[in-house]
Order: sequence, then C-alpha cells, then structure tokens
Amino acid sequence: MTSLPSEPTGKKLGLVIDLDVCVGCHACVVACKEWNTGGYGAALSDQQPYGAEVSGAWLNRVHSYEVTPDRRDGVVIGEAGDARVVHFPKSCLHCDDAPCVTVCPTGASYKREEDGIVLVDEDKCIGCGLCAWSCPYGAREMDLAAGVMKKCTLCVDRIYNETLEEVDRVPSCVRTCPTNARHFGDLADPASEVSRMVAERGGFDLMPEQGTRPVNKYLPPRPRTPLAASMAPAADDTTDATGFFGWVDRMLDRI
Amino acid sequence: MHPAFSIIIFTTLSGLGYGLAAWLGLGLLDPAQPATKVAHVAALALIAGGLVSSTLHLGNPQRAWRAFSQWRSSWLSREGVLAIVTFMPLTWSAYLAVFESRWDPVIGIIGTALCAVTVFSTSMIYASLKSVDSWHTPWTPASYLGFAAASGLAALAAFGAAGGASPLWPLAGGAAVLVLIAWAIKHGWRKQAVRPPLSTPESATGLGHIGKVRQLEPPHMTDNYLIREMGFRVARKHARKLWLIALVMGCGVPAALLAGLAVFPEPAGVASVLVALMAVLSLMVGMLVERWLFFAEARHAVMNYYR
Ligand code: SF4
Ligand code: SF4
Ligand code: SF4
Repeated sequence: MTSLPSEPTGKKLGLVIDLDVCVGCHACVVACKEWNTGGYGAALSDQQPYGAEVSGAWLNRVHSYEVTPDRRDGVVIGEAGDARVVHFPKSCLHCDDAPCVTVCPTGASYKREEDGIVLVDEDKCIGCGLCAWSCPYGAREMDLAAGVMKKCTLCVDRIYNETLEEVDRVPSCVRTCPTNARHFGDLADPASEVSRMVAERGGFDLMPEQGTRPVNKYLPPRPRTPLAASMAPAADDTTDATGFFGWVDRMLDRI
Repeated sequence: MHPAFSIIIFTTLSGLGYGLAAWLGLGLLDPAQPATKVAHVAALALIAGGLVSSTLHLGNPQRAWRAFSQWRSSWLSREGVLAIVTFMPLTWSAYLAVFESRWDPVIGIIGTALCAVTVFSTSMIYASLKSVDSWHTPWTPASYLGFAAASGLAALAAFGAAGGASPLWPLAGGAAVLVLIAWAIKHGWRKQAVRPPLSTPESATGLGHIGKVRQLEPPHMTDNYLIREMGFRVARKHARKLWLIALVMGCGVPAALLAGLAVFPEPAGVASVLVALMAVLSLMVGMLVERWLFFAEARHAVMNYYR
C-alpha cells in the first residue's frame, strides 16, 4: 500500500552523517554496493562494468563540494585559503513525508509503520521510474538489468539479523566508515545517541523546503581556524624568543 | 528531465484522442456519416496507441496491471484506472455510431466528462511532483487540457469537413479560438516556469550558512541513472529556436488555416478536408515540440547536487 502510515512510525530509524568528519574516502559507497549486491532483492547490476562507459546502480554516493564564504554584500571572497572542502555522503533519507511512496502506482514502494524504513517490494515494481522523479535527493536508481527500482534499505537485512554478531547489526556503510562519520539509530527517541548528537551539534535536514521531512540528519562542519592563523611564523621573526635562545639571539644581534 | 520518446508520443497522441472523443461525445457530428464513424474509431485507436506506447518505457511491463491498485494516493495509478473506465462509454458511443448510426447523449456526455478527467490525471502525474519546479503548478493541468481540447476540436473539424457537416464554420472557428487559448495558457505556463528555483545547491547540502556551494568532484567519473534521467540537456541548448518552431507549427499555422476554413467555408469540398487535415498535422508537430520542451527544459531538484 503506497499511502504513508497514518500514525507517526513507532521508531524512526535512520542515519546521522557528520560532515565535519567525513574525509571522502568512498569506503561506505563500496561497502554499500558490496552488501546490497548480495542481499536484499535483485543484485545491483552494472552496465559495461569493464568497458569505457561504466555505469551502475548505487544506493549511496559521496559528493565533494567547495564552499566559499560570502561577504555581507554578497560578493564571493575568492581567496583560496578561505574556501573549504566538504565531503558529502548521500543515501536515502527515509523521509516521513516520502513523495516516492505516494506516487508509486503499484504499491511496490512503502514505508514501514514499525520503524519508518522506506523500501521497494521488487516483485511488485514495474520499473516506471516515477518514484525516482519524485525524490528531490536522487536517492533512487533503476536497476537496468532487473528493471526494478533500487534504493537504500537501511540495511534492513543486517540491523535485525540475529545470525550476525551484535556489533555487525548496523548498516554496512556505518560499520565500514573508517572515521565514524556515519551513525545509525532511532531518531524518534530523544535519548538515543543519534538524537543527542543532532541536538548538540545542530543537525539539519536537506532541502527542508521540499516538505519531505527527512529522518536522516546531517551535522555541519565545525568552525575552522582561519588558515592564516595556523601558518608557521616567518623565519626571521625572533621577538618571542626567551631563555637561552633569547640570550643567544640578543648576543648575536650585538655582534 | 529526459524527454522519453514513448512518454512524449503517449501524452500527445492520447491527448488528441481524448480531445476528439470528448467533442464526439457532445454529438456535434452526424452519426450517420461514414466520416463520423471513422472519427470514433480513430479516437479509440489514438488513445489505445498512446497507452501501449506508455508501457514501452517500463522495466517490467508484464506487471503493468499492478498499476491499477494504488488509486488512493498515486496519480499515475488514477490515470490507469480512469483510462480503462473511460474506454467503456467511448467504446459504447463508437458502437452506437458505427453500427446503429445514432448518438446517445447520456453515454456521450459521460464519455466527454471522463475524457477530461483522464487528461487531467495524466497532467497531475507531472504537476504533483514538487521536485520539478516548472511542473508543480496548476498551469500544467490547464495546458494539458487546453491542448487536448484544441487538437480534438481541430480533428473534429477535419472529420466534419469530410462528412459534409454544415455549417462547418462553428467547428473550424471554435478550433482556431481553442488553439489560441491553448497557446495562451502555455505562454502563462512558460512565464511561471522561470520563477526562482525552490531549492539551491546551498539548501540541498545545508551548507548555505557557510557560503556559496560549488561541486568540486562528482561522485562518479562516468554518468549515472540520475544524470541521464534528470539532467537531459540536448534540447535546452536550442530551447529558444524550438519554442519558436512550436509556436509557428502549433499555433500560427493551424490557427490561420482553421480561421481561413471558418471564413471561407466550402462544405464537403476536398479542399476544406485537406486544409483541416493540414491544420491538425501542423498542430501535432507543434505539440510534439512543445511536449519535448516540457520535459527537456524541466529542472529537477536533484541537479542541485551536480552543480
Ligand atoms: S530520500 Fe528520496 S527515496 Fe528516500 S524516502 Fe526521501 S524521497 Fe523517498
Ligand atoms: S519504479 Fe517501481 S517502486 Fe518506483 S514508482 Fe514505479 S512501480 Fe513504484
Ligand atoms: S544503510 Fe545500507 S543500503 Fe543504506 S546506504 Fe548504508 S549500506 Fe547502503
């Protein structure tokens, strides 16, 4: 059924992604592809995997942006030192008001009442692609070999999987991230670790104006000391030399 | 957005078919005329052809029947259901005209109303997508309905001319006026389409509080499904020229031809049939270009991540 749950979902399982910590290594991208090509539903196919025009379905991608501070008058400051690079992982945000679910004509797309995970039942999907059009985040990609829609499952086949060790019952991307930039938890519970992080760090929604009410949150990059402040002092500046080196400095100056 | 050929053909052909069927449902043509019988069959064929074409882009067309199930939430599903429901009165009307040479006002008008609702739900598939700014407006259903009505009446005038309808001028004149109205609506649609985008790279990344956001590296070296589907650019390059072609072929030529037909009526003459047919053909070419632009010029919010 592609109507959204009428009541708020019991849990809101999702990810919190720390843009301050991500180094853009793409390990989560590969881990996601690896897990999901052998897990839930049809394999995540690639087209021409060894050819010149490689392409394929991925459920998680890492973009890299350059953010240049604006001056108040709106003129962009061009100094290279002031721009900062932000690596930006993006997968399905498991939106509360998921447009991808309501547009689906077949009932293949649905949002689970118990935990809010948005999934595709591939046996019902006709591959019309309308859900991918409706998602403003580009979180859905068609599997061109199977002709069905693919999206992040929040690793539903890991997080409840009792055959895995407890430490592995988190999404593959979270488990893999070498810098701990991705966190998994229940965002409906204000006491959960992820909710506390969001509260402390000012976690935000992507494109709130689209009215999708995403569950996943992003943590902003922390303020950074200006590049100039952390530069090594000039080699001939000895004004703050003290003690023995200060004495040597003064003696040598006299000669 | 990628202008999928099957969807462009589907929306224009079925629009013409529903428009023609809607006007036939009002009993404007003499059901005893062979041309009217052909018109009924042609309308059904256009609608059916459009529907078949629309299933061509599906990944798993063998399960297309499932698309009838979610009419409570999905405009695509509603359109599918309505298309099937609308076939019933239309086929009935066609049967009456072809085999009994008569028109039944009740069945006819039910068919007309259902045609309008079906075209409306087709347009709502696009208008309901908030992720595509230019589509997400009441102008979208208005322009779909306008084009269906105009092309339908132009086709009706052609069949009327062939069947010796007299007087012909109300049909031809009405079609000329509707063509102008349809393009006026489309003009309004294009004017709203240039409003500032709802989402920006800054809101998409949430990094606007730091400053201006620019893509440094895309997530993949080669293109992907999202870029192919949401970021098509070929026509955008020539958007201005294509818009002019659409205006000339879709508005100027057919409006002039139909107006000419209204002013110099020559009932049942071969010339008037030819003129009306040329108007319909030209209008269809213009509408195909317009529909192509409708997709190719549409900017999807996801492209904010690729700028
Ligand atoms: S991110 Fe996109 S695919 Fe995921 S729930 Fe939201 S709208 Fe749907
Ligand atoms: S592609 Fe599949 S999941 Fe998406 S809207 Fe179509 S039928 Fe539903
Ligand atoms: S939760 Fe699982 S499916 Fe989703 S992005 Fe992470 S690894 Fe991929």
